[in-house]
Amino acid sequence: MKVLRAVWAEVLGLFVDDGSLAAAILVLVGLVATLRGRGLIGPAVGGGLLFGGLVVILLENIRRSTRR
Amino acid sequence: MLIHSLSAVLSAFLASLVEVVEAFTIVLAVGVTHGWRPALTGTAAGLVVLAALVAVVGPLVGAVPLSALQGVVGLLLLLFGMRWLRKAVLRAAGRIPLHDEEAAFAHERRLLTGRPALAAGTAAFQAVVLEGVEVVFIVVAVGAGRGLLGAASLGAAAAAALVLAAGMVLHKPLSLVPENTLKFIVGVMLSAFGTFWLGEAVGAAWPGTDFALLPMALGFLLAAIVGVRVAELRE
Repeated sequence: MKVLRAVWAEVLGLFVDDGSLAAAILVLVGLVATLRGRGLIGPAVGGGLLFGGLVVILLENIRRSTRR
Repeated sequence: MLIHSLSAVLSAFLASLVEVVEAFTIVLAVGVTHGWRPALTGTAAGLVVLAALVAVVGPLVGAVPLSALQGVVGLLLLLFGMRWLRKAVLRAAGRIPLHDEEAAFAHERRLLTGRPALAAGTAAFQAVVLEGVEVVFIVVAVGAGRGLLGAASLGAAAAAALVLAAGMVLHKPLSLVPENTLKFIVGVMLSAFGTFWLGEAVGAAWPGTDFALLPMALGFLLAAIVGVRVAELRE
């Protein structure tokens, strides 16, 4: 049981370390998917928004992490 | 397709190298402290659990439609890759300490001293399963989206063989493996992979299709380098 709990914690920890980083990524992905799904932006703009947004999220998270 | 194959093999190899080195350190500590019987028994039991996991997950992955698979795998890869990249950046900037295999080895030996052989075998088992789960995820994630499970498995197997061979020769923790540099590179590659597949799944388009992976990886690399500078400068 202890090993199973450790495995579960490890699996979760694979994806979520800093919760705000994971949350920001999920929000961005949801935003791009919604905008594309409703046809409000084109495929290329969707790609640019996704990639650019991720870069901004990474840098902002690092900036905030160094301030804590 | 060639770019995807090479990237899958390289990502799986480098990421597995990091994980297998960490598992090896603990198995070695068990072997040195309690002899090789509990170390090898725990390792073998861990490998059986991992093989069972692959046997269950493999067919499930094959049954999922490709577009859904790319979306799910892309998101998981992105979360995983960005997490590694963030940590590697903060370590490179000296904001969090580097992982030290010698220290991990000494710590594990202290924990194991005076404990029964069964506990030592369990420690080896746990290390192999926990680090192995990460290897299984990486292999499935970088391989499943494009039918590259074989190529990715090859990369992981090569990493395991290399670590085992080096470990058998050196008989000490593999502290010279540049763990953070590997994490930095793998973080960049997995973030690019994840963005690419997730983008395709949500209807985004990439100029140059498969070739977009290269500039995307370069973009993440540049962002990470900038991130290191930002983290170094902030007090």
